[in-house]
Amino acid sequence: MKKQLLLVAIATTLAGTMMAGSLQAATLDDVKSRGHVQCGVTSGLPGFSQPDENGNWTGLDVDTCRAVAAAVFGSADKTQFTPLTAKERFTALQSGEIDILSRNTTWTLTRDASLGLNFAGTNYYDGQGFLVSKALGVDNAEQLDGATVCIQAGTTTELNLADYFRTKGMKFNPLVFDTSEQTVSGFAAGRCDVLTSDRSQLAALRSKLEDPSSAIILPNIISKEPLGPVVRQGDDQWFNIVKWTLFVQINAEELGITQANVSEMKSSTNPEIQRLLGTTGDMGEKLGVPADFGFRIVQTVGNYGEMYNRNVGPDTPLGLDRGLNALWSNGGIMYAPPVR
Amino acid sequence: MNESNMTPSNAARPKPWNNPKVRTFVFQTLALATVFWFGWTLFHNTLSNMESRGISTGFGFLDQTSGFGIIMSLIPYDSTMTYGRTFFVGLLNTLLVSAMGVVAATIIGFVVGVARLSSNWLIAKLALVYIETIRNIPLLLQIFFWYFAVLQTLPSPRQSIDVADMFFLSNRGFYFPTASAEPGFGWVMAALIMGVAAAVFVHRWAKKRQLRTGQLFPALRIGAGLILALPLLVFVLVGRPLIWEMPALTGFNFTGGASILPELAALWIALSLYTASFIAEIVRSGILAVDRGQTEAASALGLKSSFTLRLVVIPQAMRVIIPPLTSQYLNLVKNSSLATAIAYPDLVAVFMGTTLNQTGQAVEVVAITMAVYLTISLIISGLMNIYNRAVALQER
Repeated sequence: MKKQLLLVAIATTLAGTMMAGSLQAATLDDVKSRGHVQCGVTSGLPGFSQPDENGNWTGLDVDTCRAVAAAVFGSADKTQFTPLTAKERFTALQSGEIDILSRNTTWTLTRDASLGLNFAGTNYYDGQGFLVSKALGVDNAEQLDGATVCIQAGTTTELNLADYFRTKGMKFNPLVFDTSEQTVSGFAAGRCDVLTSDRSQLAALRSKLEDPSSAIILPNIISKEPLGPVVRQGDDQWFNIVKWTLFVQINAEELGITQANVSEMKSSTNPEIQRLLGTTGDMGEKLGVPADFGFRIVQTVGNYGEMYNRNVGPDTPLGLDRGLNALWSNGGIMYAPPVR
Repeated sequence: MNESNMTPSNAARPKPWNNPKVRTFVFQTLALATVFWFGWTLFHNTLSNMESRGISTGFGFLDQTSGFGIIMSLIPYDSTMTYGRTFFVGLLNTLLVSAMGVVAATIIGFVVGVARLSSNWLIAKLALVYIETIRNIPLLLQIFFWYFAVLQTLPSPRQSIDVADMFFLSNRGFYFPTASAEPGFGWVMAALIMGVAAAVFVHRWAKKRQLRTGQLFPALRIGAGLILALPLLVFVLVGRPLIWEMPALTGFNFTGGASILPELAALWIALSLYTASFIAEIVRSGILAVDRGQTEAASALGLKSSFTLRLVVIPQAMRVIIPPLTSQYLNLVKNSSLATAIAYPDLVAVFMGTTLNQTGQAVEVVAITMAVYLTISLIISGLMNIYNRAVALQER
């Protein structure tokens, strides 16, 4: 009897490990059977992903995810959010805990090539900057020799900072915290002189200070930080869906389709608009999503410009103007391949 | 009596599958084979999964340039050095705060534990309040308390508290001057060694004298005096062969001298006080485990209560104290990994945090970190077991 049990146990472990080896299920099927998109976001960065007091998430990265859910399900509410620190974000995506990582993640070669991940586009072109207190009397980053700098762990910020100070021959003391809230506490308490991060994050973190006008963002931009959503490697269909959701939003802004006029635009005779909204052609079918996915995206989340202005635009507490993130036809570099 | 039934060959030769020796052998090999096969499959499965997903594997990342800075390092480090170097920096920082914590926690724990048993009502109750409060608040909260309480009360560097322009206390840390030796310092070192030898000699002589005549000799005080006074005398005679480097405020921070970071201080204080509250209870239970008859016999012999505690009770109590004390030391070492919460660059923060995230090789980095903590813990418990055996009472 005991021997039989042992043999059975061996047989089941064998079978189990063999099945585990073929764990490459398609993400789209998983998402559809689960009924919602699982989205990895920050634990609270105003303008990009932040929960309000009722637990509803808002922000640019949040809206990027909701647009994908609108494309797949027709409703942007079919998303659930997992707050992640910078240190755990990649392992969460690699392990399958989340479907998309939309957490203002910089697109770099190392991350693209060695982490088993693919970057599905850029929803915000940014650069790294410095936030200092006005009382220090500093107006340029080159005056920061010997300063103590608060950083978030596991970001490209740490590396760029070290490179910058080394090439300028300056010294600095890095203070590395787990979350961005802790970096702000350290900065506000005076433990560090400088807070460094992507400039959009600096604007968001400054709005968290008691007196936001007491701190200034220095004019130096020391790196390129293209931020965007990330998915796992090896799943091309899901990669295409996330990529083209963002492209649809950018193209919609180019074609003048907004949340307000999208229903009227359905009857437009412009062939580009017709293809984008799904009135003609089979763009949705090619991606594996419903035919009117473009319509659903703009109806629920809006085009890129609306998404930008709602979350990080000049009228929000962050007050960032489009700059590089304007359309290519308006002096920026937001350019999407055509939907055809 | 039928002899054919009792022949040795019949009785000692059961069928192979009934033979207990054969069965143990077969089942043990089977079990061992299953364990090894399971382990190998896990390993192989992980590797092939990572390969198919495009995640890089292997330990080659340890030779790549790290590219990030670390605020505190006991060995020379800058951002052009390798990830392997960051591992050692983190490891040394962890060992530093653990060693400091173990020493402080033991001292505080013993003092509070004995105080808890004091006949002075106020002292006993104060110890009780300390133990009950600190024991029951999560360590992470205590670390945050000390870090932000320490930070917010200390002034900024430009208004730091300075003592004689040599010691500076601000929210960037406690800065103190360092000294580097000049040629004449060798004499001072020689004098120190002679002082130590003399102290040991005095101690031995005093012990022999006590055994012979029963008279006490303040060997401890004289020994300490020798160790301090002799090198000091030589130091002054040779002309003070030390160059002092004073910390000075330049720009944003202090340069020169050495410092204790507020992160290190907060972590050390929180860890020590927290573990000390547990050690105090262990010490109390150890002391209470010693028969009351021992104390009564000692006082009947006319021993002072401080001698009773030191010479009669504590040596017997150590048998009960040491095993749980080992556990508390191991807890302290592992709790030091909470340093990530307050930006102290220990092993977990630097290696398992930043390096893991920059290279993406989670499996290798976590495996190395786990192996390191396992090794440290095994070494500590090994040393404590050796000590335990050394002080164990010789039973008949």
